[in-house]
Amino acid sequence: MLMPRDAQDLRQIVADAAANGTRLELRGGGTKAGFGAPRDAGIMSLGALSGVIDYDPAELVLTVRAGTPLADVQALVAAEGQMLAFEPWGEPGATIGGTVAAGVAGSRRVTAGSARDHLLGLTAISGRGEMFVAGAKVVKNVTGYDLPKLMAGSWGRLGAMTELTLKVLPRPRQTVTMVAEGLSLPAAYAAMACALGSNADVSAAAYVPGGEMLLRVAGFAPSVEARCAVLPGLLAGHCALRLLPDAVAAPLWRRAMTGADLRGSVRWDVHLPPRHAAGLIDALRPLGIDWAMDWGGGRIWIALDRLDETVRDEAARLGGDARLVEAPADMRASVPAFHPRQPGVAALEQRVRRAFDPADIFVTGRFREDADADQLFA
Amino acid sequence: MSIAMPAPDAQTLAKRDRIIAAMRAIVPGEGVIDDPDALRPWESDGLTAYRQPPMLVVLPETVEQVCAVLRWCHAEGVKVVPRGSGTSLSGGALPLADAVLLGMGKFKRIIDIDYEDRVAVVQPGVTNLAITQAVEGRGFYYAPDPSSQIACSIGGNVAENSGGVHCLKYGLTTNNVLGVELVLMDGQVVRLGGRHLDPGGLDLLGVIVGSEGLLGVVTEVTVRILPKPETARAVLVGFPDPESAGACVAQVIAEGIIPAGMEMMDRTAIHAAEAFVKVGYPLDVGALLIVEVDGPAAECDHLIDAIARIAGQNAAVTTRVSRDEAERMAFWAGRKAAFPAVGRISPDYYCMDGTIPRRRLPEVLRRMEALSQEYGLGVANVFHAGDGNLHPLILYDANVPGELDRAEEFGNDILRLCVEVGGVLTGEHGVGIEKRDLMPVMFADEDLKQQQRVKCAFDPDLLLNPGKVFPTLHRCAELGRMHVHHGALPFPELERF
Repeated sequence: MLMPRDAQDLRQIVADAAANGTRLELRGGGTKAGFGAPRDAGIMSLGALSGVIDYDPAELVLTVRAGTPLADVQALVAAEGQMLAFEPWGEPGATIGGTVAAGVAGSRRVTAGSARDHLLGLTAISGRGEMFVAGAKVVKNVTGYDLPKLMAGSWGRLGAMTELTLKVLPRPRQTVTMVAEGLSLPAAYAAMACALGSNADVSAAAYVPGGEMLLRVAGFAPSVEARCAVLPGLLAGHCALRLLPDAVAAPLWRRAMTGADLRGSVRWDVHLPPRHAAGLIDALRPLGIDWAMDWGGGRIWIALDRLDETVRDEAARLGGDARLVEAPADMRASVPAFHPRQPGVAALEQRVRRAFDPADIFVTGRFREDADADQLFA
Repeated sequence: MSIAMPAPDAQTLAKRDRIIAAMRAIVPGEGVIDDPDALRPWESDGLTAYRQPPMLVVLPETVEQVCAVLRWCHAEGVKVVPRGSGTSLSGGALPLADAVLLGMGKFKRIIDIDYEDRVAVVQPGVTNLAITQAVEGRGFYYAPDPSSQIACSIGGNVAENSGGVHCLKYGLTTNNVLGVELVLMDGQVVRLGGRHLDPGGLDLLGVIVGSEGLLGVVTEVTVRILPKPETARAVLVGFPDPESAGACVAQVIAEGIIPAGMEMMDRTAIHAAEAFVKVGYPLDVGALLIVEVDGPAAECDHLIDAIARIAGQNAAVTTRVSRDEAERMAFWAGRKAAFPAVGRISPDYYCMDGTIPRRRLPEVLRRMEALSQEYGLGVANVFHAGDGNLHPLILYDANVPGELDRAEEFGNDILRLCVEVGGVLTGEHGVGIEKRDLMPVMFADEDLKQQQRVKCAFDPDLLLNPGKVFPTLHRCAELGRMHVHHGALPFPELERF
């Protein structure tokens, strides 16, 4: 494993790889190495590129090196009463760069946006071995193309981010969970849609098997109190709400947000229009799935014990997409991690990828569409 | 008038009649405008100092027509400038003498509204405000609210990544768009995003938003709609100087409050606005802050109290809390009228748009004042204080020879200053032609080349909206070349494990 000490080292390694035709897999903490097809490319770790470059809480902006542990970043901003509002989560060892490159977002994503919405600027090394800067270090900027959007969620396919500038926001002073129990799928969707569409400012909504529908209410104490008082009335036609103690709520949120603890060796992450959440689960029930739902129904984790692409077909039929996040290696070798894009979009995506990595330095076999790019242009 | 556009292509001009005929075959009736008098109204956008009648205007009504126009122009090497409502303040929709101006104004239909999933699917010519009007009966609205929202189109908002006074809390266009249908320059239709969050694969939608019409023509937009806050209240605070106002803003945010809007005006802007709309702004202050909070009533009450307290701790000389909706609107009336109000105290004004780290505000205002003396031109400042987005209004008289050029140079110096203190050339108006030649102030050559390579992935022949955003348009073949140094040592000193 290559472990560059700084951005200059990294740039030289990529430039050498470009010259020699070597393939490189970019790695943060390596906690998501199981995503995508098995491959045996050389690994370049960004773990040594660590540390905070600038943090001024009043400016709501944080600039940090890519290899900084996510937990350190979260502790740093928490100490100032702030947070990364997209609620990133990860295994111990996850880095901020890897988390953003994987487009990770938690339950608050439904109201606060994803990693893409909070990545303001970056410095990166492209597959050409060239350092470039994109975006900026202020919260409001439209100067030039929004390349940070492309880099967030790009899984190291375009280049290595060395520094990231993120928007930070005040951490709510108080956060409580309200719960309704025993709801059917359609009833839970209707209740979540009603809550998220109300002016009670619900910041997250989830549903887990067993029939528990969770709503998160966060903010200043008088506001939280007032909204918790109003919500049962707003949702009276759908369900009965009550407060759920944090200790009981936390593992339920965790399951909805991460899909962890679901039964099954194969796990899918389905994103779709929330109104089709119930339809998806009903269609997949015969496969013997376990599942959990976040983002008001917009994200559904599906777990099962065999590889069945019905999951992907149903997600597509309902206007969404499914990515394969966990599976035995032989299955990951045959089924692509990302949902296949429409042909025109796939070709466009490959042209954009090669705008950053013309020599395919970062094509390791992890994502089959990249390895097969030339077929699109044949 | 210092910005030069690329010289018109003589070959294109020579075949104008053939282009017109081809366009008429695609878009029948009055959808093709070629009469010189009829082209006049199309000669500029919101950056009115620059005017150029287009070669011709085409106003398609269907996606098929858009595809056919672009496909034909692509095959024939004819340039195309897309246009929404033409309210760009940076010249993003400025026509070219040798280009088809593709007006999307006839795409005015709201296609679908899904209140449960909180999305609206609209055609690009629908105005920003019309989206809110379409959904407000059910208690929803579309959050980004550029000041031109009554006229600007959502397609133009996507192109420019438009903001507004509420974007610190609610985000810019990019944070509120879920999907687009896009026609590429070769006539191909692609759908990016959808009605769901975070589709897998590269976030091509993210780079389309804010691409200023250089990557494709948007033919459909899916936006998020939000529940209208239960209530909104505002507080109007006068300070002896901008420093105190800036300190107040910093403390508000440090205490964990993200107001819906936080606007600052300097003395010149306050006096101009008050003289125009007479809403009772204090005239004996050096800076005025309007802080608006929205949300549940209990929250607004709590926050307004906190903000009034913070204002008091930062040398506020007057603090007025809106007692009702009429008073809240009155607080805003002066701010919203600030541009026309400044128009009354000066024959012309030039609106700038840069962002700075807020902590540098006092220094930036001092140096702007020095520049004002140097150029002999007045300046009034309105400022989205929450997110550091400055709108200096440079006062000049276009009838005085040389003053427009001086105003432009003054503006350029302000933007250079923004970048110098760690900010950016544009917070919400876009680069267009206005800031095109300043791009190297903020970006190194490699940064700009990387952006242009993305342009090449979408439009390798550089036919869409050329002359905008990039100071130098490199040919795509040239940008694709790799300059690698063979035989470089593979880092023997690095640890490998």
